[in-house]
Amino acid sequence: MTKQKNPGATPSAEEIKRIGFQEKVGKWDVKFSPYLYISPFFIIFAITGLFPLVYTAVVSFMDWDMVRGTGTFIGFEQYAYVLAQPKFWLALRNTFSIFLLSTVPQTILAVVLAAILNQNIRAKTFWRMGVLVPYVMAPVAVALIFSNMFGDKYGLVNNLLSNIGIEAIAWHASPFWSHVAIASMVTFRWTGYNTLILLAAMQAIPEDLYEAATVDGAGKVRQFFSITIPSLKPTLIFVIITSTIGGLQIFDEPRMYDQFGQGGPDSQWLTISVYLYNTGWGEWDFGLAAALAWILFIIILVIGVINLVVTRTVVADTGGPKKPSRKQRKAASKASSKAAVTQMSKEHEGALQ
Amino acid sequence: MSLTTEPLVPSDPVTEAQHIESEKPVQEARKKRWWRASVGRPGWVTYALLAAALLGFLFPFYWSFLIGSKDAYAIRDPHMSWIPGSNFFSNAAAVVNDPAVNFWKALWNSIYSSALIAASVVLFSTLAGWAFAKLRFGGSKVLLVFVIGTMAVPTQLGVVPLYILFSDLGWTGSVGAIIVPALTSAFGVFWMTQYIQQTVPDELVEAARMDGANSIRTFWTVGMPAARPAAAMLGLFTFVTAWNNFFWPFIVLDRQDPTLPVALSLLQSNYFVDYSIVLAGVLLATIPLLLLFAVAGRQLVTGIMAGAVKG
Repeated sequence: MTKQKNPGATPSAEEIKRIGFQEKVGKWDVKFSPYLYISPFFIIFAITGLFPLVYTAVVSFMDWDMVRGTGTFIGFEQYAYVLAQPKFWLALRNTFSIFLLSTVPQTILAVVLAAILNQNIRAKTFWRMGVLVPYVMAPVAVALIFSNMFGDKYGLVNNLLSNIGIEAIAWHASPFWSHVAIASMVTFRWTGYNTLILLAAMQAIPEDLYEAATVDGAGKVRQFFSITIPSLKPTLIFVIITSTIGGLQIFDEPRMYDQFGQGGPDSQWLTISVYLYNTGWGEWDFGLAAALAWILFIIILVIGVINLVVTRTVVADTGGPKKPSRKQRKAASKASSKAAVTQMSKEHEGALQ
Repeated sequence: MSLTTEPLVPSDPVTEAQHIESEKPVQEARKKRWWRASVGRPGWVTYALLAAALLGFLFPFYWSFLIGSKDAYAIRDPHMSWIPGSNFFSNAAAVVNDPAVNFWKALWNSIYSSALIAASVVLFSTLAGWAFAKLRFGGSKVLLVFVIGTMAVPTQLGVVPLYILFSDLGWTGSVGAIIVPALTSAFGVFWMTQYIQQTVPDELVEAARMDGANSIRTFWTVGMPAARPAAAMLGLFTFVTAWNNFFWPFIVLDRQDPTLPVALSLLQSNYFVDYSIVLAGVLLATIPLLLLFAVAGRQLVTGIMAGAVKG
């Protein structure tokens, strides 16, 4: 950058001075510009991320006075109070229940759909776009449509059920069924998104793994469980972790599941976030809301770590090839792999049952 | 491996298929055979499954149009027709003209706040991504890890102090309160860093420097053009996310000056007895993003697949 361009010409004193100055500016430029470029993120994060993070902790130890805008320090009393609330435990139960009911079917569905899309199908882009359509609909909109379809009295789902002779289900009154309905909204919106992520990962699996398995006589199902699933491990971990972070924060869907937004008359579908909102902006108790926010954060961190560990062991122990190189695979293919594949798939069948 | 202890399952596809055919119903064998057809185009079952999934994904859209095109009583009729009624436009008009919902204001707020957020995130993420990927500076690794770490912090953790801060500043109720916290994004920085690292060769940066370009010029002439595809995807995603965002806007925005999701929530509390109006409003609020999807859906698909963690 500071290289002299015309080495042949003799520079005048004026020019030398200018080049010297430019050199200095250039040095500063190289040294400080990177910090300048990354500074917007850090400035905004400091104001809207870091400061609130610390301040939430401070407020959570206080009995916050809305009018004066200050609080009196009461320490862990606030947390003890939260943990003593039956509503908190209800909210925790509901959050976990909805989270499990949405994450598990959604992940399984996404893997299956991705496997179907991973075939040599016609009109690939059309189908891929098709599964993604629900992603553009706002969760609030999804919740409004689904809460109508899952109406206790005049809902579509109950109508269909009664047509085939099944008694109407209390989609709002029953805690479990309300969780199923809310979980179906999450599943509706996110399955296609996760399908595409898993599809991308499937396409990255080397083709010769399947070729070798086909030569060995492994069927499609067997190949799916002993090659595809183990190879998807990092992606699955990613999908499950992101679903966890999103799922435990769930607010829009339960908030909009009825017109009152209180999580149901008996808190059937009250989640931590809805509870936090009601505490903070319904009862205007910011100290309590802040304590809830920190508890939620800690739960997310703990579940995230548990998730990581569980997903790792479950997916790794299915006995499939962990990260097989082509060489390993080819060497193994002729002599012993016929037996090995059989053995692997047996292990899977065992694991699945 | 304990191969010898247990009898082996026949692994030859042909023998196994025959074996099954002799014992189990023919259907089962067909299914197996379909799975086994490993080369070429898949059969109709694949398309049937895909079509079923697609129908499931599209059905809620149709349902909101169906109900939105009828009247308040249609939903209570168990033998309601599956053919749309003729009230969609009058229902939509009721939504648009309701002074309590502020539909046009909500639409405008959604459009300009999402567009501003998307533009800002793209600019700042590309700048930061460029710095992290192609410039050498002290502490860059640590700082990048820090950026990624901030992604784990949930929105809920910040809302209480952010609300206190914004009400001290007198910003509560203004759309600015939802724009400012969203001006940058950790995901965006990470995404652009990844992309620029993979696509822009160091030689190109060096060459620009040799030509005497200062660092901001290098960024504009080399970095920005190279990062354009990833920047477009990031912009698209940020726009959709901002458009659909509800938790923080719902907390901080004035009911008279909402974004579309907030307006929808008002629609529900005002019209819960008449779902034809609520669902007409839902569809109305979704149309802008459906249009965007029609234009840029392909890019969204590519973007998601490109950003995936690959096995």
